[in-house]
Amino acid sequence: MSDATAAAGGDKIRCDACPVMCYIKPGAAGACDRYANHDGQLVRVDPHIVLERTVSHGGRLVPFQAGGDWDGTLVREPEMFVTAIGAGTTYPDYKPAPFIVSSEVDGVDMVTVVTEGIFSYCGLKVKIDTDRYLGPETATVRAQGEAIGHVTTSEYGSQMLSLGGVHHLTGGSKKEGRVTCDALMDLSNCKPVELAIDGGATVVVQAGYPPIVNGVAEERMRVGCGSATIGMFAKQWHGKVDEVVVVDDHITGVLSEHQAGKLLDIPDTGIKMKGRRSTPGRYFQVAEPGTGWGGTRISDPLSVLGPFDPKTARPGMTMLMVSTTGEHAAYYELDDGLRPVERQMPSDLRLSVERIQENCEPALCTVLFMGGAGGSLRAGVTDNPVRLTRSVKDALTRVTSGGAPVYVWPGGGITFMVDVTQVPAGAFGYVPTPALVAPIEFTLKLSDYAALGGHMDYVRPLASLKDAEFRPMLTPGRRA
Amino acid sequence: MTRLPQIAWLADGKRLHLQDGPIDLIVEAEGSASDMRRAYEAAARRFTGLLDELCAELTELRQAADPQTCRLRGVVARRMYQAVAPFAADHFITPMAAVAGSVAEEILSAMLSAASLERAYVNNGGDIALHLDDGKRFSVGLMDRPDRDGVMRTLEVEANAAVRGVATSGRHGRSFSLGIADAVTVLARTASQADAAATIIANAVDLPGHPAIVRCPANELQPDSDLGARLVTRGVGELSYAEVERALETGAACARKLLTAGLIEGATLRLLGETAEAGTRRVTAPASRLFDERAA
Repeated sequence: MSDATAAAGGDKIRCDACPVMCYIKPGAAGACDRYANHDGQLVRVDPHIVLERTVSHGGRLVPFQAGGDWDGTLVREPEMFVTAIGAGTTYPDYKPAPFIVSSEVDGVDMVTVVTEGIFSYCGLKVKIDTDRYLGPETATVRAQGEAIGHVTTSEYGSQMLSLGGVHHLTGGSKKEGRVTCDALMDLSNCKPVELAIDGGATVVVQAGYPPIVNGVAEERMRVGCGSATIGMFAKQWHGKVDEVVVVDDHITGVLSEHQAGKLLDIPDTGIKMKGRRSTPGRYFQVAEPGTGWGGTRISDPLSVLGPFDPKTARPGMTMLMVSTTGEHAAYYELDDGLRPVERQMPSDLRLSVERIQENCEPALCTVLFMGGAGGSLRAGVTDNPVRLTRSVKDALTRVTSGGAPVYVWPGGGITFMVDVTQVPAGAFGYVPTPALVAPIEFTLKLSDYAALGGHMDYVRPLASLKDAEFRPMLTPGRRA
Repeated sequence: MTRLPQIAWLADGKRLHLQDGPIDLIVEAEGSASDMRRAYEAAARRFTGLLDELCAELTELRQAADPQTCRLRGVVARRMYQAVAPFAADHFITPMAAVAGSVAEEILSAMLSAASLERAYVNNGGDIALHLDDGKRFSVGLMDRPDRDGVMRTLEVEANAAVRGVATSGRHGRSFSLGIADAVTVLARTASQADAAATIIANAVDLPGHPAIVRCPANELQPDSDLGARLVTRGVGELSYAEVERALETGAACARKLLTAGLIEGATLRLLGETAEAGTRRVTAPASRLFDERAA
């Protein structure tokens, strides 16, 4: 097989996969229905993409030898898994999923119902590992100026965004729907997308890569909140410094007041923190959130301190201030006026800062696609859709997305989540509804498939799908 | 050459699938083991490079056929021309209207010149060339909607009839239709004739100017379509029973004309669940299994 390339000619492209040399318009396929023009790029749109489970991915053909024996063995190949990518369907649609494949797996006749789901009720949950302030909770997240989602809760060292969903896809203006659909598709296909958060930061999100917040690439996740950091490192600081402040947007920790310091009999230092004290040694809201120290706005850490209490503090006392990622750190000594003056950090304290850095995992953006397999999609699989739902719940049917494992959210319907980096490259598409097209496969025993009202007339043996070329599968998230 | 067709057995180990570019063939031969082997080898040999032969004259093949002269050289291209020529004086038709049937016919004839077979067929996406020894028969399933369940009915083709070609045309297929028929299945002496006639009859099943019919210039969908800016059917909305009957009757009248002229042996026309016939009395009861297991 020669690799097809395309020559551009206006908005259409010319395919050279075969001598027909079709001109193909954007969004259309050539005469063979195997190659198509996607945004000016020639792509394979085989009705099925057969992926070998065992071998690493690579293009392959079934060889033809005119002089060889026609003994039928040509079709016997290692176990394969048929994915739904490119299976293709239109919407709304109840026709049987285009390919319902039976293949022998471990001596059991298995059925993979291959379909591509059209998900207008879908969205992305984006986890951005950063302490930097991205924006207030519920703030609108925009792409190209259009609202495509919102900032949701902040979890341990990460900021969550909730993007897409039916409201933005179909509930707003036409442009909002289109921009949302484009952004969701790009993010699902592991492409970078710039998001602007109302009243917050601009962040470039790409699944499997560090976030870029206001132009600066994030490197590491914080090791824990400021209080947790105190707890983890108190022993290592004991005896080397009088006071440690771990600056954190969420909970700033103070060693001498913290339970961990008390257990080590670390004496009071007369330090005075701004912010609201939660429990001893733990302070909320020491500064406004931002992209400076520990996810706060501050560039001078001393601004979170009030004057030291002259009854307790004494000149010459030492203090380490460090952020939760160890990216920011400074060492101070109190002068005669009990004012902290920055000094060169002793090497053993420098080591503890490096230890904090070392314990911070690389910051990444992770993108989970989340969609519900609705009525018409399930009807493509069985004539009694609810039985498919039940068989998924009863673990008789395994759900995958482009061959990638999914998490099926308990409760009604088949709502699943999949890490987009585990789904083969370019697996997500869209229809003008607008809605996303995602691969979804249901794998179950042939007998169970028959029992739940499967379209038995449409079950095809795996080998009959083998005629098309193998397509090399790129899985962007699985980087070497 | 670098580009070879893909050839593989289907799962049953009996039917061979040959694919190159837009051509998908399902081939089956019956005879002695050595004859079958020779036949399949001949099919594979003839198929290799066939697309290149056609593409060498693609520009001419996409132009309206001149009813008087054929300037094409290739054997398949000339067969395409011959199949459409009888219609060229009265209709816009290009040799491409008969490409599928002509290719099927060519492969079947290569098989038959290499081997002695009892039965054989070459199915090119529903356009089928048949071979039947004395006393043999084929039963062909008819489907009006490739995306729907099961076959509509079956047609028995017997050796003593003249039929050696079957083709279906309609608006759901890979090629565009100027008409609104869901499917027009034609029986003819050759697959290429059946293919051309099915196109003509399917185009005739129409309700010109009806507001429920969505049409679009063919070249807006496929820039290099042989139909140019002619309007092809993209959608058929609600039609009354009388309208369906009227459209079918227009097509059936066309089919009867071709039957009388000896260009076809029979036709079955299908539109929105209604059927019209011309010369296909041996149509039997609905069957329940799939007829055409296309790989693509």
